[in-house]
Amino acid sequence: MKTAFGIALLLFSFAASAVDSVKPLEDADVDIFDSDSVRRGAGFFANYCVGCHSVKQIRYSRIAKDLELSEDTMRREFMFGDVKIHDYFETAMSKADGENAFGVAPPDLSLVVRARGADWVYSYLKGFYTDPKRPFGVNNLVSRDVAMPNVLWALQGIQEPVIKKIGGVDTVVDVRLVKKGEMSPKEFDQALTDIVNFLAYVSEPSKLQRLPLGKYVIFFLVVLAVIMYRLKKEYWKNIH
Amino acid sequence: MTSEGVDIDKRRFLTQAAVVIGAIGTGAVTLPFISSMKPSAKAEALGAPVEVDISKIEPGQLIRVLWRGNPVWILHRTPNNLAILPTLDNQLRDPRSKESDQPKAMANEFRSIKPEIFVAIGVCTHLGCSPVYRPEIAPADLGPDWKGGFFCPCHGSRFDLAGRVYKAVPAPTNLEIPPYHYISDTRIVIGMSGGEESR
Amino acid sequence: MASEKAKALLNWLDERLPVTKFWNDQLVKYYVPKNFNFFYFFGSLALLVLVNQILTGIFLTMHYKPAAELAFDSVEYIMRDVDYGWLLRYMHSTGASMFFIVIYIHMFRAIFYGSFKKPRELIWLFGMTLFLLLMAEAFMGYLLPWGQMSYWGAQVIISLFGAIPVIGEDLAVWVRGDYVIADATLNRFFALHVIGIPLAILMLVVFHLVALRTTGSSNPDGIEIKKQAKDENGVPVDGIPFHPYYTVKDLYAAVVFLIVCSIIIFYMPEVGGYFLEHPNFEPANPAATPEHIQPVWYFTPFYSVLRAIPNKLGGVMAMGASIVLLFLLPWLDRSPVKSIRYRGGIFKIALGLFVVSFIGLGILGTKPVTPTATAFARVFTIIYFAFLLLMPFYPRLEKTKPIPERLTEPVIPLSKREGRHWRMIERGLDAVRTSAFYQNTKARLAAVETHPYYQNVKARLSAAIEWLKTYGSK
Repeated sequence: MKTAFGIALLLFSFAASAVDSVKPLEDADVDIFDSDSVRRGAGFFANYCVGCHSVKQIRYSRIAKDLELSEDTMRREFMFGDVKIHDYFETAMSKADGENAFGVAPPDLSLVVRARGADWVYSYLKGFYTDPKRPFGVNNLVSRDVAMPNVLWALQGIQEPVIKKIGGVDTVVDVRLVKKGEMSPKEFDQALTDIVNFLAYVSEPSKLQRLPLGKYVIFFLVVLAVIMYRLKKEYWKNIH
Repeated sequence: MTSEGVDIDKRRFLTQAAVVIGAIGTGAVTLPFISSMKPSAKAEALGAPVEVDISKIEPGQLIRVLWRGNPVWILHRTPNNLAILPTLDNQLRDPRSKESDQPKAMANEFRSIKPEIFVAIGVCTHLGCSPVYRPEIAPADLGPDWKGGFFCPCHGSRFDLAGRVYKAVPAPTNLEIPPYHYISDTRIVIGMSGGEESR
Repeated sequence: MASEKAKALLNWLDERLPVTKFWNDQLVKYYVPKNFNFFYFFGSLALLVLVNQILTGIFLTMHYKPAAELAFDSVEYIMRDVDYGWLLRYMHSTGASMFFIVIYIHMFRAIFYGSFKKPRELIWLFGMTLFLLLMAEAFMGYLLPWGQMSYWGAQVIISLFGAIPVIGEDLAVWVRGDYVIADATLNRFFALHVIGIPLAILMLVVFHLVALRTTGSSNPDGIEIKKQAKDENGVPVDGIPFHPYYTVKDLYAAVVFLIVCSIIIFYMPEVGGYFLEHPNFEPANPAATPEHIQPVWYFTPFYSVLRAIPNKLGGVMAMGASIVLLFLLPWLDRSPVKSIRYRGGIFKIALGLFVVSFIGLGILGTKPVTPTATAFARVFTIIYFAFLLLMPFYPRLEKTKPIPERLTEPVIPLSKREGRHWRMIERGLDAVRTSAFYQNTKARLAAVETHPYYQNVKARLSAAIEWLKTYGSK
């Protein structure tokens, strides 16, 4: 009886709270070690995102080094205007212009994957739907009434909201593709994965060093631990 | 205290093994700390090579650029300047630049890749002041033997128009020449000698 | 000869500094109970983490910029541009959370085995002061990255000062150096975090250790070994010299601890957002409050107590009381025996409930406020305070067991444990041992030992070790 009560109390202390979202976030398959994907993502970013968004914490030279891109490729694909190879990857849109155009300046995306999670970014980019009430004609399933237009609409196609009545209120619970874009849904998902991979890389480029290094550190410590254990046992043999 | 059958050899072996491996580990751990004090990517970026357009420099004109926090002079020497240089050899401490600091390619009498363009770090090799460019021949304050060069106002060191130091002045060596190379006839890159960025 | 030179150097030092005397008195001739168990590692581990925080902290300070406009970017600069800056940062952030894990277990040991009781009350007081200093150090350190959670967490906690009647508002402004968390706050927290509090911590650690040395360590049985019979050398019969026994044992524990820390640092430094909180990767924005403001995990139990009380000042006082009461533990506890091993059942249940409540409060503190959560938080708060306030009464309600003369085992084996629950666990373990799965796995593992490949590798390793031994002894 006492045991059961004790265990129940312990379990209750772990009570989880339900999260109030109608559609759970999709699983983004992040792998920043897939350099091809990250490179493609960088390309998408340069073509569709950097017009408004900076990733100002990372330098062109760092991207060139980590993604094994030559300086020429960098200049051709990523470096617009009068920028040098060690400069930070910034956008040409000023904060004032951004506020004028969108009501809020497009935020810097250097750490968005660390702050919100890869799944959030992926689902966000995938979750635009038509909404005539919004200034740019689109709304977003993940971030309601977001100020950003759907820059990837040409690749994705057009999505419409799926509306259900929840608690008497019309709520958008999902989206549905109604007009095909240049890419098939599978291709688009891959493109989004590439973009998220790139942003995940930008969020933490040192991950490319720390993951490979870990096994050597831990292997060494395990060897040392075995020796220390034997040493301890040897000294403590005659203590009873 | 009981000490039945203490295996001294085993204890010693294990202790030695532990000390050796522990020492290796401790040494390895210090490396990231020491490494973190090296110039960071920001310092590298700020110290990155500088590209300079030399097409507009008039003969006799000297322009300055900043590289790694130091002033770098780019001087367009006249044929007159160049003709005078070989005559100064016996007044100079190190006319062949044997003890001075310059890239291998610049250990010639003009101390430059192309004779007419002279690139040097504008810092006196005595104590670090920046010398003044005095191209005129025999001005009043520098005496009748002055054939054009650089004069350091701090302690009176004198250098010729190839940055070579005169005898009997405080500065010990010729002006330092930075690594640089031509990427075209009108543009040079300071900080990199033909393909290899200077570290 | 090198060893003669070493001896001469030691003599030179000994004439000027008590090196050998210190070594002998504090390590070789310092006798310590022989039955320390797992819970006794955490003092020396705390020292290891302190050294880590200081070393990584110094090197981080070489690159960090303590100004509101520069701080966030300087942390990213460390993560990206500084060679191995990311490693320094993760060592520091992991160390901070590990410090609290180590200290909570260290404090639990004291309550479990009655280490805070006479004559060790002062060690406990120094320790509790160290705990307060550690919380202040962590709180101030957390503002430094100047992220959203840094800013808003500090804003919430400092505004609690405002709840103090009469002087509250002025006090809060004085602490901040401004009317809201601002550049001035960041700068002064930096000064205190980098040198002010660390100096105080170091001083108190010295006092804590000297006080411990004065009384000697307690042990899992709560027996004073100094009062025991002594052998022919005047050493307590159950005492063993700290060096080499506990130096070697603590070093082993340190390496295992480092393995755990390395797994975190290299593979999961954020630990799901508990060691490095996700909202903190956004720069502080005074105009935008995050959805959920919560303190870092190690403050959540006390934060829960704060939130459980519906009144602002009441909440602050309850939160304060939850820590201040701990200071009084040596005088609240009237039990004649120190260790839980010899206490009655009521204390054991009460302590169990206390631990459950503390953990429960901690978990609730990481979650947003809901009516159910608040209800549980109130129940746990009541249990937390009840455990402490009823301390004087436990001895009257229960019978303690007789304390033995000699020390028992570090860990009491299952067969010697008394009680229904232990028998249940014994039956469970027997069931597993007789199960088909267990027998099969055991047989298969035994088969591995007879496999020629295994024998081969084992023979080679033994040969290598023998060679090393003969080589080493030359």
